[in-house]
Amino acid sequence: MSLAVVNTRAKLGINAPLVSVEVHLSNGLPSFHMVGLPETAVKESKDRVRSAILNSHFDFPARRITVNLAPAELPKEGSRFDLAIAVAILAASGQVPRDHLDQYEFIGELALSGDTRGVDAVLPAALGCLHQGKQLIISRHNAEEAALVDGLEILPCTHLLDISGHLLKQTELSLWDSAQLESIKSAKQNNSRESDNQSQLNQVIGQHHAKRALEISASGGHNLLFYGPPGTGKTMLASRLPGILPPLNNQQALEVASIYSVAGKGVRQPIWARPFRAPHHTASSAALVGGGSSPRPGEISLAHQGVLFLDELPEFSRSVLEVLREPMESGEINISRVAAQVCYPANFQLIAAMNPCPCGYLGSQRCRCTPDQINRYRGKISGPLLDRIDLQVQVTPIENNQLLNQQQVNHKDQPKGESDRQIQQRICVARERQLKRQGKTNSQLSSEELKTICPLSSEQRHMMDHAITRFGLSTRGFYRVLRVARSIADLAGREQVISEDYQEALSYRIASEQQSTR
Amino acid sequence: MDRECHYALVSQHLDKFTAKFQRQLLEQAQTYCAIFERSVDDFPESFHPLLDNLRKQYERATWREAVDLITQRLADCGAHIIPATSADYPDQLRQVGGAPCLLYIRGNIENLHLPQIAVVGSRRMTRGGGDNARTWSEYLAAGGFAVTSGLAHGVDGAAHSGALDGGGKTIAVMATGIDAIYPRAHLKLAEQIIDQDGTLVTEFEPRTKPLATNFPSRNRIISGLSLGVLVVEAALRSGSLITARYALEQNREVFAIPGSIHNPQSRGCHYLIKQGAHLVEKAEEIVDQLKGALSGLALDAIPINVQRPSAAAPLEPNLETDELKLLSLLGFEPADIDSLIADGLFSAAELSRLLVALEMKGLIESQNGRYQRLK
Repeated sequence: MSLAVVNTRAKLGINAPLVSVEVHLSNGLPSFHMVGLPETAVKESKDRVRSAILNSHFDFPARRITVNLAPAELPKEGSRFDLAIAVAILAASGQVPRDHLDQYEFIGELALSGDTRGVDAVLPAALGCLHQGKQLIISRHNAEEAALVDGLEILPCTHLLDISGHLLKQTELSLWDSAQLESIKSAKQNNSRESDNQSQLNQVIGQHHAKRALEISASGGHNLLFYGPPGTGKTMLASRLPGILPPLNNQQALEVASIYSVAGKGVRQPIWARPFRAPHHTASSAALVGGGSSPRPGEISLAHQGVLFLDELPEFSRSVLEVLREPMESGEINISRVAAQVCYPANFQLIAAMNPCPCGYLGSQRCRCTPDQINRYRGKISGPLLDRIDLQVQVTPIENNQLLNQQQVNHKDQPKGESDRQIQQRICVARERQLKRQGKTNSQLSSEELKTICPLSSEQRHMMDHAITRFGLSTRGFYRVLRVARSIADLAGREQVISEDYQEALSYRIASEQQSTR
Repeated sequence: MDRECHYALVSQHLDKFTAKFQRQLLEQAQTYCAIFERSVDDFPESFHPLLDNLRKQYERATWREAVDLITQRLADCGAHIIPATSADYPDQLRQVGGAPCLLYIRGNIENLHLPQIAVVGSRRMTRGGGDNARTWSEYLAAGGFAVTSGLAHGVDGAAHSGALDGGGKTIAVMATGIDAIYPRAHLKLAEQIIDQDGTLVTEFEPRTKPLATNFPSRNRIISGLSLGVLVVEAALRSGSLITARYALEQNREVFAIPGSIHNPQSRGCHYLIKQGAHLVEKAEEIVDQLKGALSGLALDAIPINVQRPSAAAPLEPNLETDELKLLSLLGFEPADIDSLIADGLFSAAELSRLLVALEMKGLIESQNGRYQRLK
């Protein structure tokens, strides 16, 4: 019987559904047919497979070859099926034994010479393979990525002949040494912690108010808006946030790595660090949330469990910003296209930066913007979006003498202030406290939950009442203050939120709320 | 519309009959009616060609379309016109050189005859400037003065709403048509002024859009209507300084509130003070200064009744020790959080909290991320 079945995996969002490659050799005029919704790149694999088989000194069966990729309704793309098709043809034509084929899954692209090449989205496939309890045969180039999955047996290969040798039990493929990987992992981990003193938070001169806001934002997962003239270090501050966020746990790291794998970005280095994405303000909405005929993850998914930094927020087109609202709420994004509906995780922390007015120098004599211009500029950011940003922080220009003082300190090679590690420890404790109490970060608390988690005493109620009238807080603004106050209390290790926490929380709101324009 | 108003309105639409000519001719004729109806022989010889031309133009009725449209628009928004020849025309303004020949007005006409104080200033006021404009206007309006201003953003708006809060009269002099409120954000304020027996007034015909060139000439009406001009906050190149200059030309008093030397919005006031404007620290000082002018006006019917406040209220008594400490650290100059932290007394967290506490008690203000004491 000239039929062989080989298992491989397709790519669909961050899932990798099982695909069986069935090859049947039948009598008739020699031909090569492929069925089962293959896209162009898959159809092309005919030629790659044929050349690879011939160049590996096997016979390419001169018969009627039918390749079926099942399930047939699943769209299939990319060159990832080459290896499975080649092995299935060899097995169907009896050039390799087909007895043990169901122990393996094959993923990889073939070069014309028969060499194997890496493909994208290996990590989700590796996870799926582990669930099936099979061994994964992949290109050497993908081995490291697949090895992130603990407990999976991986057989890396470099050439089609390696596989045939293994199946014929002549030269066995050796298992990927996971001990070797562990050392890499830990080395990377240390590396990431100790490395680049340059990007520590205490390297930022001054801006204590903003630094404190960053710390609160990190502890409660709050979105944050920096607001101030150009050259005040908004970008610099934002880029320091991943450094003080708690490191990813195993599951989160795997989730993030899967997204990067699907996006074809290979293995993240280091895998434990929180991602930091800073798309340019010309980004389209598809670039931000993901898209394409077979949807690929966008910036917000790449920033999953990490930081999405949008510099010059009002310069983003309004429609692009509005698409952020839904994922900010739900932590995931559903992308629907004709070919596929995909759900990518997108649980990111938004850090945004903007100038106070079109010219950027509001409050100094250089600024000649009219009130209308300023209102228009600020109006580019919709209320609903602003309402989802808990912390809004004004950044002021650094005074010259501070700059000089700091330079002297640097000269002594002794940066003052806590190191990122110290801050990070405090934040980890605060986060644990939140997760233990409510199972989520403070930023995700709904207004209902806030009533029970931050009950206001009569004195505090009076104070907040005063604040609402004095600063013109909206209802949503009020709940923002409660959430932030909860995080401040958690940072200080307090079970109860005290009046001082609310007062401090009130200081993180945008200036426009303070001033009625009347 | 009576005949005088009709002729006045038509006169604005006759060729070669500029405001300057109108004023010259009115010196002879006294009324617009006379210009068109009295016998030509009553006028000196030199006016005859002009008069003939005017009357011919009137006969041809080329003005009718425009005048009908304006009449319709005025009726739509309930506005009136006051020609310079009318008894309703404010005397204060009539004395001014280059006074407008025709005013469009909504609301209470009587207000124009009240003793007025113009409160003007920057569109981009600081918090403190806004507070001053509001409370001083409230005080002056409650005392019987009408507060005149320009309905613009910032100090103007604060002055109007302060006067309304004080239950007094306020007059908004606009640089647009009577039915075109600018800025749009002040639509509600304008309605409020009308509702509370205030007045909107302009020299520009209905539907006139906000044109940059109209604003300075609007300012001459503001100062012309008033006994004195109070400049609350103004930058060095600003419309408020133009108003102050007109005030000097028109022989009005100019008052300026000083501020921080670091506040660009105080530079204009300081400049005025250097030029000889009155430096005022309390609203009562304005009343004191204007007493003389008031007696000269024979305004007995209108009671000017301003109250002396008791001695300055002491600082809020219930301040925490930390709050007091911070208050002593803060000067009346704006300081940012970083420079306060550099003093080493407080951490960033404490400082944020204390600043909010003090701000809520109204003792300090924040402006573009900088803090300064108010009291």
